Amino acid sequence: MTALIKLALTGVLVAGTALAAMPAFAADYTIVIDKMKFGPVPAELHAGDTVIWQNNDIFRHSATARDKSFDVDLPAGTEVRMVVGAVGSLDFFCKFHPGMTGTLVIAP
Amino acid sequence: MIRTTVLAALLAFGMAGVGAAADAPTDPQIAHIAYTAGQIDVVAAEQAIKKSTNADIIAFATLMAADHKAVNDQALALVTKLGVTPEDNPTSQALSQAAADKLAELDKLDGAAFDKAYIANEVAYHATVNGALSSVLIPSAQNAEFKELLKTGLTLFTEHQHHAEMVAAKFQ
Ligand SMILES: [Cu+2]
Repeated sequence: MTALIKLALTGVLVAGTALAAMPAFAADYTIVIDKMKFGPVPAELHAGDTVIWQNNDIFRHSATARDKSFDVDLPAGTEVRMVVGAVGSLDFFCKFHPGMTGTLVIAP
Repeated sequence: MIRTTVLAALLAFGMAGVGAAADAPTDPQIAHIAYTAGQIDVVAAEQAIKKSTNADIIAFATLMAADHKAVNDQALALVTKLGVTPEDNPTSQALSQAAADKLAELDKLDGAAFDKAYIANEVAYHATVNGALSSVLIPSAQNAEFKELLKTGLTLFTEHQHHAEMVAAKFQ
């Protein structure tokens, strides 16, 4: 390997490491609640992203984590923004209608 | 006895429906039955909120009052939009009569005896209404939007039934 190629490769590696270390841009994701169901959750969620819980129902619901790390009250027809912090898999449900469930998977 | 009467009245539609589709309840009748069923649970909840001092019972009753009122408001808005006038019928009358009797019966009870009887009736009542919705009312509904609202109602009332069963278990 020539010195030039070595230098170029090192450059790529450094750039790659720098990219990985950079925090991803925080994104907003909406989870719609309609007809007594939580809609699809974002496939890729990172700490720092915002989940917007949008309750389109005529009933009051909640988005409540099983581990109690969040408990969002959602009166009929409201939306509430929530920044996700903890990394991991968080099961949630509606405390008024516990048959309504879902899971947030949060990557670093 | 009372429950049997209501069930019989509700099922009469279904039974007749098997042989002759013309005897299935119409949308105006279904609207009346569904609205009556919801209103009954709101009134029962108001009685419980007034009489009970148990936190679980009061929380459950508050939810019933809010959810059923929300569905009924939506149902009313929908029938108005569709130009449907809810039509009184024997099933609605049987439901109302049974509810009035139950209300009077529960009124004589107090404390834990009331709580236990109220929540037991909520379990039975939601089971009856859900049975009627899934076997007769939803299959008979003609208007698509109306049918959709009834389905959401069934999902909601099934939640209520499970919730009531959980609360009732604490009073065994
Ligand atoms: Cu809910």
